[in-house]
This record gives sequence, C-alpha cells and structure tokens, in this order.
Amino acid sequence: MPLDVLIVDDSAAIRKILQRVLRQADVPVRQFYEAGDGVEALEMLKAQSVGLILSDINMPNMDGLEFLRRVKALPEHQNVPVVMVTTEGSQAKVLEAVQCGAAGYVRKPFTAEQIKEKLTGLVAL
Amino acid sequence: MSNGISNEELVQAIRSATENVFSTMLGLEVSAGEPFIERTAPGPAEGVVSLIGLAGPWVGTGSISCSAAFALKISSHLLMTEYQAVNEEVLDAVAEVTNMIIGNVKTAIEEQLGGLGLSIPTVIYGRNFTTRSVGNNEWVVVPFDCAGERMDVQICLAPNRGESGWRPGVANPQAVSA
Repeated sequence: MPLDVLIVDDSAAIRKILQRVLRQADVPVRQFYEAGDGVEALEMLKAQSVGLILSDINMPNMDGLEFLRRVKALPEHQNVPVVMVTTEGSQAKVLEAVQCGAAGYVRKPFTAEQIKEKLTGLVAL
Repeated sequence: MSNGISNEELVQAIRSATENVFSTMLGLEVSAGEPFIERTAPGPAEGVVSLIGLAGPWVGTGSISCSAAFALKISSHLLMTEYQAVNEEVLDAVAEVTNMIIGNVKTAIEEQLGGLGLSIPTVIYGRNFTTRSVGNNEWVVVPFDCAGERMDVQICLAPNRGESGWRPGVANPQAVSA
C-alpha cells in the first residue's frame, strides 16, 4: 500500500533529493509532505497522518532529535518509523537518536541503496 | 592548528569528506591540489562563498568558495536540474554541499577535539566583495579541481577560550561596490 511520507529538512535541496531517491528505490509513495524544521513538521502532523518520516537533525527552531521525542510522545504517531538523515555522524548522536526511538540512521552523503537498505523491514517495499 | 589536531590530519579530513560528497551526491570527481595556510579568510572577489560555524571545545568556521559557474554545476548535478543563473535553489544546494562536507570533517575530527556543533550555513553570492575574519588565525585551505573549475574548502579552528567573546575565523563579509 502506498505511503504518505513526511520529509523534514531545512534544505529544500535535500527534500527534493530524498523524494527522487525514494522513487529510485521503488518505495511506494502516495504523497510527499515537506517541512523545514521540527515545529513545522509537528504542525503538519496535527492534520495529517503519514507512514514514514525522514528527518534531519541540525535544523533551526526545533532540531530533529527534539522533533523525534515529540513524535514518539504522540499516541497517534508514535508507531510511525522515523529515520534520521543527517551529517551528524558521532556515536553519541546516533545513540541519542536510537534512544529517542529512531528506526534508522543514514549519514549524508547517501546513496539510493543506503536509503533503501534502511527502509527494508520498516515499510513494505 | 596548534595542539588538538595537526594540519595534515585536517587536510586529510577535508580531502576525504569533499571527495566523498562529490562522488556520492554529485557523481563528480574532484582532485585535491596542494594545501596551504592563509592568515586571512580566503575567498574570491566574486562568486559564491558558503560559511558554517563550528562550536564546542574548539571553535571556528568552515567554508567553501567557488565561481558562480561552478556553483551552477554543483547545483545541476545535485538536483539533476539545469541551472542557468544563480538563484535560491542554487544557493540552497551550495549550502547543503557545504553542510555535508564540513559536517563530515567535523565527525572526522571530533575524536581528537571533542564534540562540536554546526551552525546553519550562510551563503554569499555577488561581485566585487571581500571577506575577512577577525583575529589572526590560520585557515587551512585545500583547493580542488573539477574539470578545470576550482573550489576551495577551508577551515579555521582554535581552542575555545570560554566567554571572552573571541570567535576565531568567524568571517565578517563586507560588500564593496565596484
């Protein structure tokens, strides 16, 4: 069943690239939603349910880890897989993301294959 | 750089990060030239300069600078769209490439320097401008060649001296009319 996917990144370029990469990876997507930071993304989730979230960490207003914590505290969205896609590569950040409930962690730069590999098992491919 | 990390290690981190980002995200090969040290923030008199601040036990700035033509090439390859003029999408693409390069350098050097934070990138585009940094700190500059186009990746780092307000390498861009 096609997914609604929310992409959260302050870079419009990365939001565009991730859409292309998901299509290349044959991820069945019905609709993409985009947000430039955690605040905007939480606002979107008030009106829209999604089946997958890809989120950056370093963003203005609300970073990706705080956004992740808040999503996991929302009963209606807590089971949505959230994959962090970020330049942050330190073990401390990866561990923090996993502890906050991240379903996966992909470092930029990334390939379509790496994204697909992370999504395997999280969504029906 | 004094203590913490050698210039050679920093150069290696810049080379590795830049080559990785260009080959993975842009499908372009870059070749590193001879690195050098500058006392003032280097930059072109025109074109695109993208800056990111680093903060933590060490503080400073990372940046890339290139011609407008090369910024168009970077953006076209990253977004698979042909760009003829520098616009918001081009500047956003250059900012993201800078974020990925400096972010990967940061990850590589954090083992020696401790955890570092990255600022949101700032991109400057124009003609007849100069950039300079406050203080007298060393910038490690690595020039890259990509099919005849040049791009410089440069980083300035110094130990964080607390709340003195001293922020090495933070560039103060100045616009100068022709």
